[in-house]
Formats: sequence, C-alpha cells, structure tokens
Amino acid sequence: MSVVTNTTTIGAIDAPSRRNTELALVIFAVAISVFAYANVGLALNGELPSGMLGYGAGLALLGGVAHLVVRRFAKYADPLLLPLATLLNGLGLALIWRLDQSERLLNHPNFAPAASKQLLFSAMGVALFVGVLILLKDHRILQRYTYISMVVALILLILPMFFPPQFGARIWITIPGIGSLQPGEFAKIVIAIFFSGYLMVKRDALALASRRFMGLYLPRGRDLGPILAIWAMSILILVFETDLGTSLLFFGMFVVMLYVATERTSWIVFGLTMSAVGAVGVASFEPHVQDRVTAWLDPFAGWGTHPASEQMAQVLMSFGSGGTLGTGLGQGHSDLILFAANTDFILATVGEELGLAGVMAFLLLYGLIIERGVRTALAARDPFGKLLAIGLSGAFAIQVFVVAGGVMGLIPLTGMTMPFLAAGGSSVLANWALIAILIRISDTARRPAPAPAPSTDAEMTQVVRP
Amino acid sequence: MNKPLRRIAIFCGILILALLIRDNWLQYVRADELNSHKYNRRVEIERYAHERGDIIVDGKAITGSVETEDSDFTYKRVWKDGPLWAPVTGYSSQAFGSSQLENLEDGILTGNSDQLFFDRTLSMFTGDKKRGGNVVTTLNGDAQKAAFEGLGKKKGAVVALDPKTGAILALASTPSYDPSVFAGNSFKDSDDRQQLLKDKDKPMLNRALRETYPPGSTFKVVTAAAALENGLYDDIDAKTDSPLPWTLPQSTVQLKNEGSIPCKDASLREALRWSCNTVFGKISDDLGNQKMIEQTDKFGFNKEVFTPVRADASIYPEDNRPQNAMAGIGQASNRTTPLQMAMVAAAIANDGKLMDPYMVAERQAPNLDPVYTHEPEELSRALSGENAQKVQQMMETVVNDGTGTNAQIPGVTVGGKTGTAQHGLNNSEKPYAWFISYAKTDNGSPVAVAVVVEDGNANRDDISGGGLAAPIAKNVMKAVIDSKK
Repeated sequence: MSVVTNTTTIGAIDAPSRRNTELALVIFAVAISVFAYANVGLALNGELPSGMLGYGAGLALLGGVAHLVVRRFAKYADPLLLPLATLLNGLGLALIWRLDQSERLLNHPNFAPAASKQLLFSAMGVALFVGVLILLKDHRILQRYTYISMVVALILLILPMFFPPQFGARIWITIPGIGSLQPGEFAKIVIAIFFSGYLMVKRDALALASRRFMGLYLPRGRDLGPILAIWAMSILILVFETDLGTSLLFFGMFVVMLYVATERTSWIVFGLTMSAVGAVGVASFEPHVQDRVTAWLDPFAGWGTHPASEQMAQVLMSFGSGGTLGTGLGQGHSDLILFAANTDFILATVGEELGLAGVMAFLLLYGLIIERGVRTALAARDPFGKLLAIGLSGAFAIQVFVVAGGVMGLIPLTGMTMPFLAAGGSSVLANWALIAILIRISDTARRPAPAPAPSTDAEMTQVVRP
Repeated sequence: MNKPLRRIAIFCGILILALLIRDNWLQYVRADELNSHKYNRRVEIERYAHERGDIIVDGKAITGSVETEDSDFTYKRVWKDGPLWAPVTGYSSQAFGSSQLENLEDGILTGNSDQLFFDRTLSMFTGDKKRGGNVVTTLNGDAQKAAFEGLGKKKGAVVALDPKTGAILALASTPSYDPSVFAGNSFKDSDDRQQLLKDKDKPMLNRALRETYPPGSTFKVVTAAAALENGLYDDIDAKTDSPLPWTLPQSTVQLKNEGSIPCKDASLREALRWSCNTVFGKISDDLGNQKMIEQTDKFGFNKEVFTPVRADASIYPEDNRPQNAMAGIGQASNRTTPLQMAMVAAAIANDGKLMDPYMVAERQAPNLDPVYTHEPEELSRALSGENAQKVQQMMETVVNDGTGTNAQIPGVTVGGKTGTAQHGLNNSEKPYAWFISYAKTDNGSPVAVAVVVEDGNANRDDISGGGLAAPIAKNVMKAVIDSKK
C-alpha cells in the first residue's frame, strides 16, 4: 500500500485498499465464532467440544480463502462486508449446533440436526462467493443478461409449484443428494439484476414521459407495462405458493428501485397504497395469513388451541426470559419453540441466550451490512451498479426487518430466514452470492480512476522553443 | 440518483431502529411479565431444576427428591412413607401442582421465599448449588404411626395435639394415598391420579381437617362446659333437674337414652359417665341456642382454622329449640372436624386455655439455619381453670369406670369421652364411632386426641366410641408419653 504524494493536478493516486483491515476483522470474526462454539460446548457438556478445532479451522479456512480471493480479485472492495458475513455465518453455526443438542428438539418428528449440513452449505456458499468474484470481472456485464434474468427468475419462482408443499408453503424444490432448496432466495438476486437492467434503460422514460393523474405522475403503459407484469406475476406465484414474506420482499425491492431510478416520490405513495391494498386483499381470503394475523394480535389468546398463536407466544416468552443479558449460550430453553426453532425462529435463541444486548448486536451487524450496501450504491459510478447495489441491500434490509419484526411480534410473522444465521442451504448460498456481488460493485466503485494517458499534444504545446 | 439513495438509507435506518426499539420493549420492558407468564414452561423447569427442600418429622426427612430422566423436569418429589404422611404434607406433583404443606410452604421448599433472600444472595457469591429449605413439623412419628395403624383398613381420622402449645402431634386420615404415584408428569402419573380421584372411598380427602362429622356424645363435654361456665350447675356431683322420660321442647318426641341407664336427675359426673342424652339435651335447652353458640365459639367452632393448612369450620348453627336440644348431645345440625374435637379435649386438658393448633415448628434455610420459629399462641380462653378441672374430673370418671375404660393407660391419668354419632336418615347408615381424650402426667398434659372411625364393615352392634375409637386414642397417647421418656 503505497501512497504517492499528489504533486500534479491529475495523477495516479493509489487509494488505500483496506485489505489488511479486512483481514484483521475476519480473524476477529472467526475468533468470536470459535469462542461461541466453545461456550456452547462448555455450557451443555461441561467440556470443550471435540469438534472445536475442526470447526475453527474450517471457518478460518473459509474466511481466509474468501479474503485472499477478495485481495486478489477485488482489491478495493469494501473491507467490512466479508468480515460481517463471516461473523454472522460463524455465530449462526454455533447457534444451530447448540439447538442440535436439544433433547426436546431431537424428540420432535420434524427436526434433524443441521450443523454439519450448514457447515457444508457455508463452504459451498463461500465457493459461490469465490466463483462470483473470479468470474464476474465487472458487474456491468450482468446488464447484458437483463431479459435472461427475467426468464430465470420466473423459472425459479415457478419451479416449486411442481413439488409437494412442506409445512403449508410451496417454496421448496427437492434435488436428490442435496436436499431441499428454496429457489426464491436466488430469485431475489436474479430479479434485482433484471430490475436494474430494465430500469437503467427506461428510467428517463419512466420519470419524464408521464401523464399527470390526480396529482401523481403516471408513466406510459409501454414503459411500465413489462416490469409491472413481471412483478405482478412473481407476486401472484408467491401468493399461490403462500410465501408471503418473499412476495413482500419483492414488492419492497421493486418500489425502492423504482423510486431510486426515477427520483419520483409518487412511487413511494403508490407502493405503500398498493401494498396496503394487497395485504388486506390477501389477508381476507388466505386462512394461512389470517392465522398469522390472529397470532400477531394476541399470541396468548390461542394457547393450546391455535398452533400458530402458541408458537408465537413461545417465541415471545423466549425473548422475555432472555431479558437484558440473556441466560448464556446453551443455557436457555428456546427449544420450547420446537418447530422451526433453528430456521425461522433462530433469532429467539439469540434473544433468550444472548439477551437484549445480543439481539441488538446482531441487529447492528445486519444494519452495518445494509449501510455498507447503501454506501456502495452511493459510491457506484454507473446507474446499473447503483440500482443493483441499492436493490440488493434494500432487499436485505427488508428481509431482516420482516423476519426479525415477525419473530419479535412487531409485524405478523412470515416464514423467512434470517440471512446467514438460520439453518438453510439456499439461504446461505444466496446470501454469500449477494455479498459477492456487493463486493464486486464496491470494488469497481472505489477503484481509483486510471491514470490519464500521456498526451503528446500537451507536451508539444508546452515546449516553447525560442 | 443520490438524493433518493440517501432517503433509502434513512428508511433502512428507520427499519433497524424500529427493530431495536421493539427489542427493548420486548426484552426490557416486558421481560418480567413474559418470564413469569403462566404459560412459560421455564418457570416449571426452573422449579424442578433444584432439589426441593424436605419436610422434617422427629429430625428425619419424610420427603425427598429424586432425579428423573424422562422429562425436562430434573427432580421429582418422593415420600418415604406416603400414605402415612399424605394428610400432613399434601402432594407436590410436576403435572398437578401441590396441596397443603407442600403448597403453603412452597417458597421455603423451593428456596424462592423472601425469607431466604440472604441465603440466596450468599450462595450466589459462594457458587453453591441452589437448594430448597426445610420445613420442620411438630408431628410425632410414633404417634402418627400409632394413629395410622390403629385406623388400619377402617375409614376415619385421628388428630393429636399438645394441649400446652397447640402443636399437632398426629394427623392421620384413612384410607390414604401415596403422593409419590403422581409426583411426575407421565401418562402413568395422570392415570394413577384419576384412579385416586374416582375411588369412592375418597383417599385424597383429608378427613382430619376437611371433613365434618356429627360429633355425637363427645359433644356432651362441650355442653357440660357450657353448663358450668354459665352457672347452670356448679357442683358436678350434685343432682341435676333432669326428668326421665324427657320430652323435647315444642314437640311430643321423647328423647331416649341408650339402654336403661340411671339418668333421672343424674349428677353431671354420672350423666357424662353413662352418657345420658336426657340430661345434656335438657342442659342445652335450658341454656338456649345463643349461649351454646357462645360456648362453642370459645372452643374455636364456627370459623376455619389454619394450621397453616386450612381446616373446615366446625359449625354450631342458630337453630330452633328442639334442634338446639338435640345439638347439645351432638346429634343435630352441628358438625365438627376431628381437629376441632381434639381442640376441645386439649382446651380442657390445658385448664381451659385453648392454644392455636399448628404443625410448622420451624422453617430452615438450606444450610439448616432457622429462618422462622413458631411461638405458641393462645387462641381463646374456652373455660375457667376451675371449671376445666371439673370437666377433667368428669372425663376421668368416664375412663376409670364409664364408657371409656378401653382408653386406660396404667400409671397415667386419662380423661375421655366416647361418642356414637347416628348417621343417615333415621339412623339408616352405620354410625360414626368417636373418642376424645387426653392423658395427664406429673408435668401436666402432653397429649389430647380425637378419633373418629366411620366403619362400614364393622358389625353394627360393635360400633361404639368406646369399642372402636378408644383403643386407637390410647395407643396414640401411649406413643406420645413413651416418646417423651
């Protein structure tokens, strides 16, 4: 890292790459995760877990490889994103491993230990991360695949329709040998690419060629039509698959990107109105949703009669029992939640065992990822990169809000996973890919401008010979 | 595009802020409410995570805790001799809650009581494992065994008190049950409890405290006390104004005596010795309903007694003249618990002073330091010392050469009164056999007992207070006296 003193007006300034900061933070993230792992072992079995060395080495290897690839292929990338993802993934593994050892869960018919699978998927996630960074030299290449990504997104969304529903939602596909995957998690990224590509091209038309209607500027049908159609289709598919969390996520992402692209506040008004209408509409005919709303309004009222309410009540009691500082890893009873304790409800385990302090720390970690994503969008020099970065980080923010808000009873619960934390292969894979794309955009954004080529003309004019 | 981006950044910040605020609301403001919510199983898990303290009799624990494997409740309550002690301890079940002492002393037994605050704080620093404290009872193991074995297969109850302090020495009820069988929370526990609840003999009913019986002739002691206290008669050996036959007031019904016993104008002593219905019926009528109620109030009737386990109120009600006359011989609408009749015997044995009955002598912290010691308390002055001694003489006559000879203990002065309470419409069912008594040594009276036997199996002619109940009382008194030696 050499900094050349800037002596000329235009010169090659080697901007700080911050790679060493990143390395230090990755080491820190791995260390914290290993401590958490040891903590769980000590609390549950009274001894250091036998797998600690393997777990630590594995996580260090993953973080190390990811770091080296970033150092080599995305030198100027944001230094916080990778350590944050590593820390969340590592702590998630410790939490999942902790729940794996709950007798209460092991006796439950729908539960299977998930830590080793999660570790495997984390490795695959990091591999995907590495692949994206190596293959995707410049994020602007993605722009070429605007319409292909539209098709891919639709295929990903339709696929689960051909597989049997699990736990009331058709969001899984089963691949022999790998297990269940949620294509919706990947569709999130692909559809962001499509939105960015389309909006970048059409943003002027959408923003300017509009008619005034009731004080709002409405774009022409031919500009808005295709995107509206795709969006409506995805929402419809998701509604039929009863995956409401994801449909909310897509809708939110769409509104955010449209607003950023057109700089028209009317889209926000538009989006809020439509989501309100949509939410009320879906809630009026979908019993699955009605259950969730009842459970949200008064979780304790349905105790013993309504499984959805009872589970929500268990989650709230988990948080309450954790209190300010929590019971300590491995010493709570968040496994009382039983079903989905290590996936949708993993934040409740954080709440009970790490307490208010722990949950706030986790929320701030997520907040930091989002903040770095938005910063990347601000720094990006091309509209496509800006849109993609804000789309991905906006989606990430909405997902965190919907899951955490649902689990904490702030909004009705919708089944989605806490990124990196929850047990779930597709979630880990997709989120590592998402981080990789953000890192790629941030690298492009922060890369110093290439030195201007020497101009022969300039030399000519400067040399004045008498 | 940077202006909307900045706004989106603010929006994302608001989302995170909303989550943070909600989290604080949930985990700080509402934490206590949620943590102690009635549906929160953690409360129960925590409750059974430590060894429960013990209930102590004669310095030995009659309860215990065992570690269980099959559920998230680590420790389960066990009883050393369940059926014997169930009327004292009550039960403590993982699935069905607790009752009686187990329930009332729960704070001490679990270690959560405020009385143990310093102990808890201390063990927080020393790192000791949390344990419950102990409850030391006043019961006398030998007396309890004598009472329980005396009742045997018969239905009934025994209460023994220390007249000087009010300490409960025995509290037996049969048929009994073993609280250990449903202390856990398995299906078997649930089935076994259902079995007990369905049993028509009601083994879980604490007959000593929660069942009221017609007191029968044992109530004549109270009537005699009322006669003396109100100055109706003064000399227990002087003739009373008692015609034979005697017709109930406002009625044509003649009150009968059992067999042809010398009751005409019999002295109080003779009347109690032979258990004359006519004499005591007339005394009750002469005094009137109000004075009888006042006297029973002084003996502790007409309100619940807390030992600390609640005992039902024994009732001497407001009534018309013929019923009041019948109540004077314990044969009308007045009903008493065995505890109440033991209190009557105890008050007389203690020269008229009625002590508040209790069974918790001491509460101990887990380190066995006492945190509470019971001080005996006077409940009321049932009758004057002089009158009490007169009643004592009468009761001693009953045992020496009356209906209660079965209660005699060589070398010990025993006073008592038998009773055979009619039961059912027109005496259609088998009567209850009663016996109340006290023993006296050189140091005053160490024990007063009330025994009731409701025996459906005995031959009808054999049912009498003297025959069925007195031997049990004798053995209980003997056990107490022997254990003092």
